[in-house]
Amino acid sequence: MMRGEPTIAPISRRAMLRAAAVAAPALVIGICFDPASAAPANAAPAATAPPAGFAPNAMLTIDQAGAIALALPKTEMGQGVYTALAMLVAEELEVDPQAIRVDIPDGETGRFGKLDQGTGGSTSIRECWEPVRQAGANARAALIAAAAAQWKVAAADCHAEAGRVIHPASKRSAPYAALVATAARLPVPDKAPLKTAAAGFKVIGKPQHRLDSHAKVNGTAEYGIDVRLPGMKIATLAQSPVFGGTLATIDEAAAMKVKGVRQIVRMADAVAVVGDHYWAARKGLDALAPTWRDGDNATAAQAAIVAGYAKAAKGAGASAMDEGGPDAATVGKALSGAVKRVGAIYEQPFLAHAPMEPGNCVVHVKDGGCEIWTGTQVPGSAREEAAKALGVPIEKVALHNRLMGGGFGRRLEADYVIRAIEVAKRVQAPVKLIWSREEDLQHDLYRPFYRDEIEAGLDAGGKPVAWTHKIAGSSIMARLYPDYFKGVDSDAVDGSVTTPYELPAQRVEFIRHETAVPTSWWRGVGGARSAFVIESFIDELAHEAGADPIAYRRALAGDPRARAVLDLVAEKSGWGTPAPAGRARGVALIHTWDTYMAQVVEVEKDPENGVRVVKVTAAVDCGQPVNPLGIAAQVEGGVIFGLTAAMFGEVTIANGRVEQSNFHDYRLLRINESPTIATHIVPSDQAVGGMGEPPVATIMPALANAVFALTGKRVRKLPIVKALVA
Amino acid sequence: MTSTINVNGSERSVDVDEDMPLLWVIRDVLGMTGTKFGCGAGLCGACTVHIDGEAQFACQTPISVVGAAKVTTIEAMKDSAVGKAVQQAWIDADVVQCGYCQPGQIMRASALLARTPRPTDAEIDEVMHANLCRCGCYPRIRAAIHRAAGTTVTA
Repeated sequence: MMRGEPTIAPISRRAMLRAAAVAAPALVIGICFDPASAAPANAAPAATAPPAGFAPNAMLTIDQAGAIALALPKTEMGQGVYTALAMLVAEELEVDPQAIRVDIPDGETGRFGKLDQGTGGSTSIRECWEPVRQAGANARAALIAAAAAQWKVAAADCHAEAGRVIHPASKRSAPYAALVATAARLPVPDKAPLKTAAAGFKVIGKPQHRLDSHAKVNGTAEYGIDVRLPGMKIATLAQSPVFGGTLATIDEAAAMKVKGVRQIVRMADAVAVVGDHYWAARKGLDALAPTWRDGDNATAAQAAIVAGYAKAAKGAGASAMDEGGPDAATVGKALSGAVKRVGAIYEQPFLAHAPMEPGNCVVHVKDGGCEIWTGTQVPGSAREEAAKALGVPIEKVALHNRLMGGGFGRRLEADYVIRAIEVAKRVQAPVKLIWSREEDLQHDLYRPFYRDEIEAGLDAGGKPVAWTHKIAGSSIMARLYPDYFKGVDSDAVDGSVTTPYELPAQRVEFIRHETAVPTSWWRGVGGARSAFVIESFIDELAHEAGADPIAYRRALAGDPRARAVLDLVAEKSGWGTPAPAGRARGVALIHTWDTYMAQVVEVEKDPENGVRVVKVTAAVDCGQPVNPLGIAAQVEGGVIFGLTAAMFGEVTIANGRVEQSNFHDYRLLRINESPTIATHIVPSDQAVGGMGEPPVATIMPALANAVFALTGKRVRKLPIVKALVA
Repeated sequence: MTSTINVNGSERSVDVDEDMPLLWVIRDVLGMTGTKFGCGAGLCGACTVHIDGEAQFACQTPISVVGAAKVTTIEAMKDSAVGKAVQQAWIDADVVQCGYCQPGQIMRASALLARTPRPTDAEIDEVMHANLCRCGCYPRIRAAIHRAAGTTVTA
């Protein structure tokens, strides 16, 4: 995400993301100001962007025919920035969003100034809100200035509307196409005034159908795995099944006998077979029959790993509280003075990302550099890592980004790009390396396992007067930013230190504990990790107090926006009326990623899974909504992604290797298990919030709480189906 | 060995091993990339194509068993009334997110509608549960099938 921007100290991940968001407005402005020198800065091929077109900044070009192209400054993996960011431009440029062609630019750090192309942590809309609108507004102002110059009237007497500039006094108007030549010769303003919600938006906040649907329903959308180049070979690989193992033997002769196999590439911990097509490579790999030296992790086992976290949690952690928070003694005193003490331990398992598009990357190593075609959430830093891996200057590496068949954090890592380079270095042709599903699942960087130990002291009314919370787990931040890690993973504790509730005498500690299992960001990131614990535990406290779960939360939540989403979800879910016979409801509330969300889940018993989710009602306040249709899609998708994890998700280790291998033992929710999902958006003109992570974070505890209401069983160790059925 | 198969109405000859799955023939030999690789094990449905009108996993279909059967892929769905209606319903209902599984979903949905023009929710689940969607588009897939069912009947 912010990798490749070492100038920003990652003291807190949210702070980093915010820093970027704050810094961003300065960036579009300042790039390509001099239109004379501004070659169209986006990736539009020359054929569609004639040189005489107008390129007001790095994001936008308008050609002589008036065709508008947006070089998408974030990456599209399904979450809808393709549409939402085009809407931001359309609003300011006074055009229909459908009139904007969206291009996916190459990876290039600094291309959009300080606005990094890296996409994760529900930051796209928050980071782009100002600079993308500014890009549109500046272009609009430049076109107005061009019209004013052509007509010899005051720019202030002109305005833009529906892709034209209009001068009402003389009843003249001109389409943008007629103005680009003039606009390209005039200076582009850098801080044209932005529209405000108060003055009324025409596009922002209005339902907008997706702009990328056509290509995705007719099979023409090009994902990384679909890239085809002249002379390209196709490879697949086997990597040491045991983490940290190395390649021992292969039967190269047998593999080379397979029709269509061209080459074997031996690596320290892996081997690839290169062929004319995937099937040749696949059969070649089977014939190759690689054996492995298992190394130090050969006996790593799930039970020992889990016990390791329990042991780690007994130690003292680093305080995650801001300076000035209560010290351990103060919290201890408040705890011992409480009327009642309640404690609980929660465990969340390792999880794989399992995007539908398995790992893949095309690389052509040539001319002292390489060209890369792949789908990545971090096109800028992936290119930097590729240059480092190849040992060449960054200018010698071109990275052509493609649509992603799901990201979910998996494509925030460049490991697959580096692996493809390792293979391609030895192949005299472009080569597409494809991971089998099994390799993809067993060589992921997993959502970390976490153990949370939490205790609250309660007053006579059942409200917390003291709160201690220990979090033991892997630190992704420490791996990525070792120089800045001071003992607390700011992402992992996100949502645990600052909760939706007013908690007096609160202490949160983080204990870093690593195992052989590599870890990375996973949709929902740290905030979802916290939400399961905090919202499960708050539910336990409500039960202890004999209080209604929503009423208990409402009384503890001081923030009116948090209360408003609770009220809305209560009303829309029918919370005040008894659940239908045989059903029960659970609730959860979060405030993370600058978004407030509450969900009510209605469940019933199920003979196979123990529980069936019938209905989910979500209330969301994400500040000024950009695309209500996109928000609802993110809620539905996030709910199903989170239900999959909460119900089934678990990666386990035996003999140093991942036990799961494909979708038969790493279950994803299917359509027959999918609930109905209703999304209710709170109207707002507040600062924009993120939407990718919140629904994932909210659903997991909401489901566990509903399961408690239905069965009386409090599931503190995910996944839920295993807890209910095993 | 050389096999001749009928894909989207054209006879295509390919020189590949007889155990090569249709998926890789379509993608890597014929160069039609709309049909997707997801699991290689018939567990996700991303590779779904029609073989004589039936929705089948292309990753589990060796080219040797295709014979003279008519293979239809997502690239030809626009030429079928049902396929076109399904694609339009997908657009109107904003079904897609990442979109990777959608060619397979559309192939299975159009085979369903060709046989069952007005499916119930239970009939939709019964057929569509073969196809996974990691982005969680299921509620909209269901809605779009109902929408297309209406379109198909009234068109």
